[in-house]
Amino acid sequence: MNPGTKNRQRKSLPAAVALEDGSIYRGHGFGATGAVCGEIVFNTAMTGYQEVVTDPSYHGQMVTFTYPLIGNYGANTIANESGEVHSRAVIVREAHNLDRNSSAEQGWVDWLAQRGVVGVSGIDTRALTRRIRSEGAMRACVYWGDFTEDEVAARLEATPPMAGQDLASRVCCEEPYELEFLRGERLVVVLDFGIKRSIIKGLGRAGCNVKVLPAGSSADDILKLEPEGVFLSNGPGDPAPLDYAVTTTRSLLGKVPVFGICLGHQILCRALGLETYKLKFGHRGANHPVKNLDTDRVEITSQNHGFAVRLPEALAARLEAGRGGSTFFEAPPESELRLGTDFGDAVISHLNLYDGTVEGIRCREVPAFSVQYHPEASPGPHDSRYLFDDFKRLIESA
Amino acid sequence: MPRRTDIEKIMLIGSGPIVIGQACEFDYSGTQACQVLLEEGFEVVLVNSNPATIMTDPAFATRTYVEPLDVPTVSAIIERERPDALLPTLGGQTALNLATELKEAGVLDRYEVQLIGADYDAIQRAEERELFRDAIDRIGLRVPRSDLAKSVKEACQKLEKLTLPIIIRPSFTLGGHGGGVAHDLDSFCSIVEDGVSASPIGQVLLEESVMGWQEFELEVMRDRADNVVIVCSIENIDPMGVHTGDSITVAPAQTLTDVQYQRLRDASLDIIREIGVETGGSNIQFAVNPDTEEIVVIEMNPRVSRSSALASKATGFPIAKIAARLAVGYTLDEIPNDITRKTPACFEPTIDYVVVKTPRWAFEKFPRVDAVLTTHMKSVGENMAVGRTFKEAFMKSMRSRELDVEMDDAAGTEEMLAAISTPSAERYDLIFELLRRGTDVADIEAATSINPWFLGEFEQIIAREQRLRGRQLADYD
Amino acid sequence: MRGYRIGKGVTPVYKAVDTCAAEFEAETPYFYSCYDRENEAVRSGRDKVIILGSGPNRIGQGIEFDYCCVHAVMTSREMGYEAIMVNCNPETVSTDYNISDRLYFEPLTLEDVLNLVENEQPRGVIVQFGGQTPLKIAEGLEQAGVPILGTPQDAIDLAEDRGRFGEVLRKLEIAHPPYGTARSRDEALKIAARIGYPLLVRPSYVLGGRAMEIVYNREDLDRYIQDAVQASHEHPILLDKFLEDAMEIDVDAVCDGEQVYIGAVMQHIEEAGVHSGDSACVIPAYSVPEELLQQVKQHTQDLALELGVIGLINIQYAIKDDEVFVLEANPRGSRTVPYVSKSTGVPLAKVATRVILGEKLSSMDLPSEPAHPHFTVKEAVLPFSRLPGADTTLGPEMKSTGEVMGIATSFPAAFAKAQGAAGQTLPTSGTMFMSICDADKTQAVELGKRLRDLGFRIVATSGTAEALEEAGVPADPVRKFTEGKPHVVDMILVGKIDGVINTPRGRGARADGYEIRRATLRTGIPCITTMAGAEAAVSAIEAMGEPGIQTHNLQELHGNHTRSS
Repeated sequence: MNPGTKNRQRKSLPAAVALEDGSIYRGHGFGATGAVCGEIVFNTAMTGYQEVVTDPSYHGQMVTFTYPLIGNYGANTIANESGEVHSRAVIVREAHNLDRNSSAEQGWVDWLAQRGVVGVSGIDTRALTRRIRSEGAMRACVYWGDFTEDEVAARLEATPPMAGQDLASRVCCEEPYELEFLRGERLVVVLDFGIKRSIIKGLGRAGCNVKVLPAGSSADDILKLEPEGVFLSNGPGDPAPLDYAVTTTRSLLGKVPVFGICLGHQILCRALGLETYKLKFGHRGANHPVKNLDTDRVEITSQNHGFAVRLPEALAARLEAGRGGSTFFEAPPESELRLGTDFGDAVISHLNLYDGTVEGIRCREVPAFSVQYHPEASPGPHDSRYLFDDFKRLIESA
Repeated sequence: MPRRTDIEKIMLIGSGPIVIGQACEFDYSGTQACQVLLEEGFEVVLVNSNPATIMTDPAFATRTYVEPLDVPTVSAIIERERPDALLPTLGGQTALNLATELKEAGVLDRYEVQLIGADYDAIQRAEERELFRDAIDRIGLRVPRSDLAKSVKEACQKLEKLTLPIIIRPSFTLGGHGGGVAHDLDSFCSIVEDGVSASPIGQVLLEESVMGWQEFELEVMRDRADNVVIVCSIENIDPMGVHTGDSITVAPAQTLTDVQYQRLRDASLDIIREIGVETGGSNIQFAVNPDTEEIVVIEMNPRVSRSSALASKATGFPIAKIAARLAVGYTLDEIPNDITRKTPACFEPTIDYVVVKTPRWAFEKFPRVDAVLTTHMKSVGENMAVGRTFKEAFMKSMRSRELDVEMDDAAGTEEMLAAISTPSAERYDLIFELLRRGTDVADIEAATSINPWFLGEFEQIIAREQRLRGRQLADYD
Repeated sequence: MRGYRIGKGVTPVYKAVDTCAAEFEAETPYFYSCYDRENEAVRSGRDKVIILGSGPNRIGQGIEFDYCCVHAVMTSREMGYEAIMVNCNPETVSTDYNISDRLYFEPLTLEDVLNLVENEQPRGVIVQFGGQTPLKIAEGLEQAGVPILGTPQDAIDLAEDRGRFGEVLRKLEIAHPPYGTARSRDEALKIAARIGYPLLVRPSYVLGGRAMEIVYNREDLDRYIQDAVQASHEHPILLDKFLEDAMEIDVDAVCDGEQVYIGAVMQHIEEAGVHSGDSACVIPAYSVPEELLQQVKQHTQDLALELGVIGLINIQYAIKDDEVFVLEANPRGSRTVPYVSKSTGVPLAKVATRVILGEKLSSMDLPSEPAHPHFTVKEAVLPFSRLPGADTTLGPEMKSTGEVMGIATSFPAAFAKAQGAAGQTLPTSGTMFMSICDADKTQAVELGKRLRDLGFRIVATSGTAEALEEAGVPADPVRKFTEGKPHVVDMILVGKIDGVINTPRGRGARADGYEIRRATLRTGIPCITTMAGAEAAVSAIEAMGEPGIQTHNLQELHGNHTRSS
């Protein structure tokens, strides 16, 4: 059999996205053949597909891109946010495999195929997105190949739900490692729950050298390295099962300045005694407006999370009431932003203008702060890069 | 910062008659602004000499003056109406120039009329080439190397520091009117001469040619709390050398990586802040070298433009309407998104389709006119099409032209390749014909410098066409 | 083909433009078609009308039609219909999704429009406000069973088919310039001999004044047939007697099948032969004798009723030697509708929309005769300065891209304003060049006197200068372009002339005027080519001498009438 015939045969194999609610979206396969299951989510960014699929925070998920054309500018090494593809499948309207952009090293479809990632194109991704929006993120099976309905159903059934799983320990580094930067003058220990490379670069740019430790490291492991600051990284899934990380963080608070991003933010908040919960379909994209309540300015942010920190009820009610009024958003009084925590007063420093969710918190009595969104962007806007410098300043003032 | 209460009566200047380079997009922006300002309870005094506009319908303003847009007439209207503020950023270059003239003539100061939207200094920094270049230098970016001249003689002296090809642009004109690209000394002298006479201040800009570089535009909005958002990115399929009004353009940008796009975004934020456009929309044009990824800033319009009309329709984000609200004191996070109503206007639209804009020319009406497309806009209209793929949107846009293009079958392939190396109204029809004949995409790329991604899409369109051609309907049963 | 496609279940769906890639629910219905799975444009239960827009702007079809469409949408909504707008021009107000109940951003081809008619199932489609674009597909829509609201397709055909239209005119006893249709060169020459030169000639298959020309003699006609068009059976050429020196009149009116409402009678300032879109015109038609004005109004009423117009109609007339001729009738919204509406305060497109949707004029309380407390002059704006090399002569083909309006209490003052607004500010001092054909010389002497009184120096071609001197008006002779250097064209180019009055007659003189016009264009000075225009300009210059600038706003001119309609 010549390769052309083989290719044609592969192409004619069925490919589809089957949701746990029974709906099925048929398309054409690309990348690798196979059947994979996980939580199906959508991302609304128009650029940065490779950064998205290599972000460890997508571990256990399958990304639907709302922008219909994916692969336009090819793939390259610089765009990798980790060493592997974490999104188990890629769902697009139209996949492109051209490698003629100046920065492209390989076609996107070839790149995925080489990494064994199942892709389905020709999907009405807008219809699929609308379904996820109304029904919530759910389990799905994405396949390319001859799989019977029963097989697909069985695989779906066997897929555990996102909530309650400890995914961080699966994607973090196995062994500690360290990185020194040209301008590095402060030592920061990174507690790795599935860190993106851009975050490490962001810390480096702010003048920090980093020692990266696995998620399960204890406070003693960390403090023994005599860090000037500790960074709680981003990572996949639900913060609730990560009790060990919460315990570690509680032991660090007050002893060393702490900064957290995304999952790291949720862990810090849980350490302070706040609750987290699962959002209906999460925030994934590069256009979310976040109000910085200190500067009174809006930052356009990159986001990727399915869980969030619970807002005090009075504040939630106030924000909801403001919606649709003549002035759309008015900053709540400071008193309502203040929270009593196990480590003294903290304030909500950032709010999401889309849905009023907590985007940032700052402790008043211990040196610690965190944000839900991604100041390192990649993909996304650079409006919030200042946070890395804030962290360095916090270290210096401690 | 909610609506200002220190002003009650606002004058708005329209863009006057439809001319090449300034069409009904300013009726759209002006109409939106009038509606918003009336809704907000302001008295609106509108001046526009064009009776064919919607904005001059008496219901869209408190006072509607269909009068000439010149300093004496508008001064008389200001004297009579005594507005508190003048909003000059929604009536195109005409309104911006007139506002500048009114300021310089002392009329605005005499009657205590405040410029809102963009102040005099910001307008000068964006419009005066040297001020603009200095501003761009200050933020670590660069514009194409350039110099100014007021005569052919002076221009020839400046030629020592610049190398041909050189783009010649007259200062303070519409749609690049009176400019052109010179490849040799003869054409250089004649274009400079025309340009000097076309410029109201008798001055031309001589500029390093970035022909063949890719051209991108970003639509930026800023409010007085210094929130800045990008409404839309637009990629010109025709590389630099063709006026953006004569280019087929696509939204969003198709061929930029996130890293490349964010560089343009960062640059846009720095530019609007440095120029100091206090509130409202601006259009910023960039050229990107496809090999080195080097960026140069081409120009910035400190006002609503033709591209902002396109960006508004392409994204659903009504730039003019929001710009009017920002001009009277609101900030972006205080204004609801027109479409979702539940989210604020302070965000960056993300779209899940592709938009293609195609110009429409009128060369058939002007048989002796040179139909070559240059930096000097010649089209009289445009269409926009929306599709879920580039191919779908592009073909819809071709249909929307309402043209039946006849191909000269006899023309040789070599001849056609030579023809597409010069931008023209027929360029894309010729490219399609070449692809039908099986011409290598690399040859077309070499002739046109069009990004191979687009050429690849064209190739797929033709491949589909050829599969269908010659088959019968019955073949599909 | 279409039937086959639909039979196979291949139909487009419509998706919303929502700024957020479906992350949030969208409330604004702004749609585009695509061949995908889920249709978001779910039909509402309301009674709906579709209004077709005018597509990309082009010369002859621009913003005026956007204005008409927006009025049609607004009025349909006021009347309780769900108004659905279709257009593909991003520059327009009609494609602002706030204007209509639903906006479809779609190409205006038969196929695309039929698809969305299928999706919406409207009561009907309105085609008369978008210029030629919707009219081109109206027939196809009707054949596919889509109801066309307003003037029926047959009425359009009746007005466009010369034979049938001729019958109508004969029946109504309305005069028209003699014409003929030629399918060969011989036939053309025969017709020319019958009706006489000059002739307006054009190919029958091109609409809207393209490839139209005025020929003065047999050689010209021969050349036209040879070069421009090959007359044949399939493609005959049309020949009309060209009424030189005639005064042209335009009328916009609305007809509901029982009654006709005249929006305005507009008097052109340019001579006949210049496309109406390129000609300046004035409301009211101040120098047309009352009796002829009544005739024009009567003809308009008779024609609109006889053709069976429901909605707008535009009729062009020529008046020569006190006789009224019909040039053409277009049963649809015209380019002048917004100008007329702004001038009179009666929004014609809104009135027409009410009529199209079944209301009667008698129920509308329209001012029986629009009052004219003021004069409004519309002037065309030409794109020549932006298209290097363009032939700048005006003729039967439209070349302007835009228009301006001047309002004042007298015609000369309104004319002066319109000239200023069009970027052709008239000079109030300096040197005026005059080159006047023999027939106009008496009038020229009078104008020359007035210019001298205003302080102008006059230079003129030898014949004109002689006539002026003879009548005691000092004038310096200057050479024509064809008479060699130093000639008037050079004088214009070096800025020694501040205004030009040049009234050519016949082909030779017109060609001579070409260079003069090019020079004036380059230097940006006014160039007046008709005696009517010259008279208007001189009066306007006199008016400009009056101190102070009078400004008028539409609210004070029209009171509350427009605001409520």
